[in-house]
Amino acid sequence: MYLVELLQQLMISFILNDRLVTTNVNPGMSLLDFIRYEAGLPGTKIGCREGDCGACTVLIGEKLSERVNYRSVTSCLYPLINAHGNHVVTIEGINLSNSLSPVQQAMADHAATQCGFCTPGFVMSFTGLCMNHETPTIQQAIDAVAGNICRCTGYKSIERAANDIALLMQEKDVTDPIGWLVGKGYLPAYFIDIPDKLDKIEPYSDESENHTLFIAGGTDLMVQQPDNIYEQEINSAFHGKLPQEITINDCTCTIGGATRVNELLTSTELTSKFPQLRQYLMLVSSEPVRNMATIAGNIVNASPIGDLSVILLALNAQITSIYKGKTRLQPLNELFKGYKQLNLEAGEVIQYITFEIPKNNTLFNFEKVSKRKYLDIASVNTAMSIEMQNNTIKKCSISAGGVAPIPLYLHKTSDFLKGKELNAETVSQAVEIMQSEISPISDIRGSAEYKRLLLRQLFFGHLQKLLGKEFELFLNLTR
Amino acid sequence: MKNIDTIGHVTGKSVYLDDIPTISGTLHAAIVSSAIAHGRIIRVDFSKAYELNGVIKIITYTDIPGENQIGGIIEDETLLAEHEVHYQGQPIAIVVAQTERIARKATTLVKVEYEELEPVTDPRVAKEKGLLLIPPRTFSMGNPIEALNKCKYIIEDSVEIGGQEHLYIETQGAYAYPVENGYIRIHSSTQGPTAVQKTVARILGIPMHQVEVDVVRLGGGFGGKEDQASGFAAMAALASHITGKPVKLVLSRHDDMRMTGKRHPYSADFRIGLSENLKILAYEATLYQNGGAAADLSPAIMERTLFHSTGSYYIPNTRVTVYSCKTNLPPNTAFRGFGAPQGMFVIESAIAKAAEVIGVNAIEIQKENLLNENDEFQYGQKAENANAKKCFTIASERFDLDNLRKTIEVFNENNSLSKKGLALMPLCFGISFTNTSMNQARALVHIYQDGSVSVSTGAIEMGQGVNTKLAQIVSIVLGIDISRVKIHSTNTTRVANTSPTAASSGADLNGNALRIALAALKKRLINVAAEMLECSHEELNLGNEVVIRNGLPTNLRWCELVKKAHLRRVSLTENGHYATPIIYFDKSKEKGHPFAYHVYGTGIVTVTLDCIRGTYSVDDVYIVHDFGNSINPIIDMSQVEGAVVQGIGWVTLEELSFNEKGRLLSNSLSTYKVPDIHFVPKSIQCIPLPTIGPDMAVLRSKAIGEPPLMYGIAAYFAIQYAIKAFNPEHRLRFHTPLTPEKVLMQLYEGKGEIMGLRVEIENMKSENVKR
Repeated sequence: MYLVELLQQLMISFILNDRLVTTNVNPGMSLLDFIRYEAGLPGTKIGCREGDCGACTVLIGEKLSERVNYRSVTSCLYPLINAHGNHVVTIEGINLSNSLSPVQQAMADHAATQCGFCTPGFVMSFTGLCMNHETPTIQQAIDAVAGNICRCTGYKSIERAANDIALLMQEKDVTDPIGWLVGKGYLPAYFIDIPDKLDKIEPYSDESENHTLFIAGGTDLMVQQPDNIYEQEINSAFHGKLPQEITINDCTCTIGGATRVNELLTSTELTSKFPQLRQYLMLVSSEPVRNMATIAGNIVNASPIGDLSVILLALNAQITSIYKGKTRLQPLNELFKGYKQLNLEAGEVIQYITFEIPKNNTLFNFEKVSKRKYLDIASVNTAMSIEMQNNTIKKCSISAGGVAPIPLYLHKTSDFLKGKELNAETVSQAVEIMQSEISPISDIRGSAEYKRLLLRQLFFGHLQKLLGKEFELFLNLTR
Repeated sequence: MKNIDTIGHVTGKSVYLDDIPTISGTLHAAIVSSAIAHGRIIRVDFSKAYELNGVIKIITYTDIPGENQIGGIIEDETLLAEHEVHYQGQPIAIVVAQTERIARKATTLVKVEYEELEPVTDPRVAKEKGLLLIPPRTFSMGNPIEALNKCKYIIEDSVEIGGQEHLYIETQGAYAYPVENGYIRIHSSTQGPTAVQKTVARILGIPMHQVEVDVVRLGGGFGGKEDQASGFAAMAALASHITGKPVKLVLSRHDDMRMTGKRHPYSADFRIGLSENLKILAYEATLYQNGGAAADLSPAIMERTLFHSTGSYYIPNTRVTVYSCKTNLPPNTAFRGFGAPQGMFVIESAIAKAAEVIGVNAIEIQKENLLNENDEFQYGQKAENANAKKCFTIASERFDLDNLRKTIEVFNENNSLSKKGLALMPLCFGISFTNTSMNQARALVHIYQDGSVSVSTGAIEMGQGVNTKLAQIVSIVLGIDISRVKIHSTNTTRVANTSPTAASSGADLNGNALRIALAALKKRLINVAAEMLECSHEELNLGNEVVIRNGLPTNLRWCELVKKAHLRRVSLTENGHYATPIIYFDKSKEKGHPFAYHVYGTGIVTVTLDCIRGTYSVDDVYIVHDFGNSINPIIDMSQVEGAVVQGIGWVTLEELSFNEKGRLLSNSLSTYKVPDIHFVPKSIQCIPLPTIGPDMAVLRSKAIGEPPLMYGIAAYFAIQYAIKAFNPEHRLRFHTPLTPEKVLMQLYEGKGEIMGLRVEIENMKSENVKR
């Protein structure tokens, strides 16, 4: 092989707006830095560099079979290597030569911009919503910008713009959104040729063994150690390296490690069998971050407050990992050994997560309280899976985050509840047992006593969901 | 009309500091800052940092050619620390490198050895230790001690008010480059270009005419870039001056949050006395302002706290003292409201507490004591066009306050695990810089030969729409289409000695200066037209792009008139100067007439509490606001919405957390939460008060930037009332921000049995709690 070809293979190629870009900058550079300082496109703004403000939101178009699917991402957390073979769209890439797009017009009509610094991010998030294959509700239009922070407007004008955009989208041809959007002046015409252009990019193939770091969504590593990622020889979990699919056999759900969190939300099979999952996942970070973050990444991050870990613990999930070609299976509740310590070898990678979807006779509930309801880290979160037979608890699994150095499976409480009649005495004793198996500390997310009280309250929250209106009656009886 | 920047904003074409194309050879700077809140610097070792490839120069205080001093009001702040550090994040050195990444990395390789000294973070402790930034000040009226003796009710309590991070989405930054012969040009994200110019001149030891500061727009300011932008601009300028190269310094979010001051936390004690019929007869309060490590704008902020310490009420006997306390936090600074929100929060707490003790709704006390025409403020000025009661009455009627209250009572009776609360916030906010000399502005207007108009003023555009209002003023006065008007960047070579764009005064001061310039130009043009039309100038006016004669359009078009005027050698350039008349203040007596006028309003906020989880949502905000005769209702209404949400954020979820060593724990957007789109009230309804507006406001359109923020205070009290509806044992607390944590603890305090369960909060205290 010629050296030139070898070099080209190690280069990252993608389409940035309307042109093909091939670059040999460090693969761990953030897409944001590339856009602003290498490509000279200043419309994408820097706000926080940790995915919490949305000022740097861009769209990533990925070719799947014949069509290109677009999703919003915060470019500050997106390692450039993941852009290979994709279409990257910035605000400059959606601007039309002589007019505003209807999305931009809606923002303008409602005076939904003041200082303007966050505005391109909002426009990109809304545009991403328009480009998907669904007809959005007003609520979905608002959800689309839930990861975008504006310090000026107070958001009411942005809500009004979202309202307009949702109404406009009722007309959308969901079978060919891009074609429709180009025809209606939402997008420049060059979008039509993107699928063909993407076909011409060779797949990223880097068989080198020198990599010291394996990166997936980047949503944690790019926050914690961006300079390290920039300097390391990294490899991506995508580009076919790790499974990225959701398979459901009867009620057993298997999720590939590189599956992104939002792919759970968009899996119609999963959400039809496990409908409440949607509202829980909406509490996990924000749309653009969920569009990058992977399931395995969220687990190995080992945050004691990880929302997905807490949900999966109460689902009694199993994980399949691979190390030096050998796979093994272990229950998730044995994975977490101590603060940020996992029962995995260095280099061992999570391939699959498997769990049983709760059946009709089982109530599953997830509760989370954080300072701000959305795009915030929990003070305490907890999940409960409970199967009742008349008034007796047949099965019960409870997990909690933020109350121990690890996402905690509440063994004692769960075991205690099994076989018990659900009454005030049982609940009272369960609360005491629960308090005995947690060890929260005071930190930025709340004092230890708050977390203790909060876990009790969220346990009541589970019971409220289980018993519905009867819960208040239940309380009155037990007074 | 909409903001003239709208199209630029929605297409991402508007230019902010970091978007300015850089000159080839531009270097990047990053700041080495103190890792501790208080201590002596023993040794600094730059050797490892210098070993990093790409590091050009590391600058310390010894490299400063001029004075190492950036204090504005009081000269008590160095640009770069010399022998001591007084807050965590205090700049010590500047690393200049080929790239931002290298500069940032090099800062981590600088080793600083300290001798740690005990930090003070609590303003009351600072006061006990005699650590004050300036001597205390007291405003008083009547005889509160005597009056208290006659009161039926006397109520005392304490208040703790949290600070607030500005969180402008564009961080602080500056780009400086040498032009020629020692002349330096600086692009700065600042609300105060003259302050930057002055500071840079002082640091570099050069005259102000060698320093040019240019500002196109800011990605948010909120007061955070009024004074504190100067230091960062001076660092970029210093680095450029020393290296002879263009230097850019843009702070990372973490550095910005760590290094910059915020809204002042306050601690306070109050005593309020009321008559049997709920008249407030006396009010005494002592407030401790947490000023941080240097004066910055604290003395002026303290003053505004005093001015607004009696809120929207007439109180005949008062005595209010503020101590500006020196602590080991970053120097706290201006933030929308400038000390007024804290002063108002204390009086509102006093009223709420009195209502609780007396057993009435706070609204009854508020209503009974609102300002009347000619009532005297404790600083000597009398209330003119006092619209407090009008706003209250219209709000009560239009929003059916009685019914709102009834609905909430019924809801609370019918729901045991969810409770609602309602609170009202009357507003009275004085307009003018309280430092009289700052109430001046200039505007430079050129009319070009083609009839297009160029305007430069001292106003900074930061999203509040001042440039749009200025363009409207040109359009109105000259009777031309707004597309003919260009509002240029704010530049110290075009408009000098400017006051910062602050105190809600940007449109009033600069707009009035602009009107004066335009009036002179108009007069000259009309004289030309009178000659051309051979008539008296008294018959003529300008409008609809033509000369109007006796109310009817003539054939003489604007462009033609301008062309003719130029040919006749009439000056088409004018500089307008405006100084607010009437105002004065005598600090020796603490009396005077400091404000051009006051802005009034009434806000009502309702909330719903989830009593299981301790979470809350703000339901509705109802406002009657005194805009005067708004020049731009779209912009003014947007300002109301944004300010209210910022105010609600301040009293609810925005929590600054410092540990006892003075280290900021809430140092990122993941730990400091501001409102997002889901957090905001379900509705904000705002009705303008029908009024013609005061002469002193530009075109009778009142200042808008700060006042509506204070409606957000009602959210605090609404949540307190909802807690009380669930937990009758709850006694109102005045400790902002009211986070979900505080709410849950207050819901269950003293109520271990509410759920029929034995687990009380007392039992939840774990041993060995680590902070």
